Amino acid sequence: MKSIKLLDHVILILGALFMLVPVGFAFFTSTHDAISVYQNGLQFTPGGHFVDTYTAVLTEAGGFTKEVTGLTMAWNSLVLGLGFAIGKIIISMLAAYAIVYFRLPLGTFIFWIIFSTLLLPLEVRILPSYEIVQGLGMMNSYSGLIIPLIASATGTFYFRQFFKSVPDELVEAARIDGAGPIKFFIDILVPLSKTMVAAIFIIMFVYGWNQYLWPTLITTDEGYFTLVRGMKQILQVWIGAQIPDTNQAMALAILAMLPPVIIVVIFQSWFVKGLVESEK
Amino acid sequence: MAKIKLDDIRKVYAGGVEAVKGVSIDIEDGEFIVLVGPSGCGKSTLLRMVAGLEAITSGTAQIGARTVNDVEPADRDIAMVFQNYALYPHMSVYNNMAYGLKNRGTAKAEIESRVREAARILEIEDYLDRKPRALSGGQRQRVAMGRAIVRDPAAFLFDEPLSNLDAKLRVQMRIEIKKLQKSLGTTSIYVTHDQLEAMTLADRLVVLNGGQVEQIGAPIDVYEKPASTFVASFIGSPAMNLLALQKQGQSWQLQEGEGLEIELDVAAEEITLGVRPEDLHIIPQGQTSHGVLTAHLIVSAVEPVGAESYVHGTLGNGGPEVILRAPGKAQFAIGSKLDVTATPDKLHLFDGNTGKRMEITPMRVVA
Repeated sequence: MKSIKLLDHVILILGALFMLVPVGFAFFTSTHDAISVYQNGLQFTPGGHFVDTYTAVLTEAGGFTKEVTGLTMAWNSLVLGLGFAIGKIIISMLAAYAIVYFRLPLGTFIFWIIFSTLLLPLEVRILPSYEIVQGLGMMNSYSGLIIPLIASATGTFYFRQFFKSVPDELVEAARIDGAGPIKFFIDILVPLSKTMVAAIFIIMFVYGWNQYLWPTLITTDEGYFTLVRGMKQILQVWIGAQIPDTNQAMALAILAMLPPVIIVVIFQSWFVKGLVESEK
Repeated sequence: MAKIKLDDIRKVYAGGVEAVKGVSIDIEDGEFIVLVGPSGCGKSTLLRMVAGLEAITSGTAQIGARTVNDVEPADRDIAMVFQNYALYPHMSVYNNMAYGLKNRGTAKAEIESRVREAARILEIEDYLDRKPRALSGGQRQRVAMGRAIVRDPAAFLFDEPLSNLDAKLRVQMRIEIKKLQKSLGTTSIYVTHDQLEAMTLADRLVVLNGGQVEQIGAPIDVYEKPASTFVASFIGSPAMNLLALQKQGQSWQLQEGEGLEIELDVAAEEITLGVRPEDLHIIPQGQTSHGVLTAHLIVSAVEPVGAESYVHGTLGNGGPEVILRAPGKAQFAIGSKLDVTATPDKLHLFDGNTGKRMEITPMRVVA
């Protein structure tokens, strides 16, 4: 029994190290200056240039146009992550509400159509999506980054399952209490869904924040680059004839990782609650 | 407070299933009506049609002087109490009760005073700030009733409100509901499958079977004069003994088995004889029957419940099963023989084919 427990811990610790050590390298490397990284490769110990590197990354305008700073990119990422998550929640909640609570002709069929789009991820439909966005003149804009990706089969599915688990009597009690469809949605259903909303918000925020392919296609103006998309671009420009600023690239990577990690750490209990438990 | 008039109400579902087949009931102002019947008899459907949660296929429902067939539930001036309480889990007890009033645009001060008053009546004043999940089943049920009371509706509709409570609490809440309804004087329709609940609560019982009314009447009348074999077997616990008889020459015999002697003068070929378990009396050793009925019973099981014992036995050898209630201290050995009798006025006769009560006094008292 005891040895099994020990083994459990060994496996857990190994797993944790496997995930964390590369991040640690990245962080330590980012605290050295570019020259020592160039000479000595990846660093495994903390260096003395934490403040310089991170200040430079966040505030110094870099890139091809010398106009975009790390902060701008972080802001863009935030807008994308939030817009993506909030938009998806609103759209999929409304879709699920319509499917579950209204006698739509072909409601179930429509749901399965929405659900089957899970088989068609962005990568599959990227050309037509690009074509449409380009045709609408939405290139290099936040709306172009967010709106085309806002429909969510996953979100709709989760909300549908959740709404279906809400007892019918609650709807009936609300009807007798004089709550129409909009009132019922806002007064009853939305507050009941809050753990589910939190869980989906986390998933979608991280998913949106980490988007790479779509921002790469839609943004050519560096002012709209996100952290994930800008990292590589900026590193390439920085290479040029000089020593590559590997430390700064690492710092950018660390910064790009930070918000999703913070969100997950803060909301993890909500996240589990939303997916596992329903409050009724 | 209002009369409710249901006239030939029907419900046919999209699939063609007819759940309610033409029910007409006139409910007086302030009356407590209980709809009772087995699962699937249409009692809940009927209630939900009165509430407006189900569309009425045909017929009319009137609350007060108004026909409400096409009126939204919120505008029917009714309040409903659900089996699983249907409290809003994220709202405090206070807000649960106030929600309906808020939606109607009632003034804040008015809401406050009505909720406080209802909470006082139901003794839930201490829980007003709690969420439903922090309450016990009985307390939740009170909140659900409070939500109905604050609206001061023309009628209360109860859909098996006590089914989720444990037995002891159910008895207690049953009494409270009855008292409350009497003191408020609000017309009420109450659905249950529990015949004891139905008997104790109702001013008038409506016994439903297969979407149709079997009998409407005061509980004691329904008990004493069941209109059909269905009502006879449904109301009363243990259930009434029902024996199928057929005429053979001038005498009546059990259709299956033997062990029963009965003298009847009825112009029919087949009848069903009903006797309640408490109306069967054991004939002491050495005496003879004074009734028209003598049955020879072989005891197969005894259920002592304290104040009395339910004695199960078969008529003759392997005939129909019969139950009788004997005083608590009586002892019976399994397999022993008992002779039992009943007085003529305690016998119920039903038509052998339709199962309907035969309103004749057929008994010829043996001298």
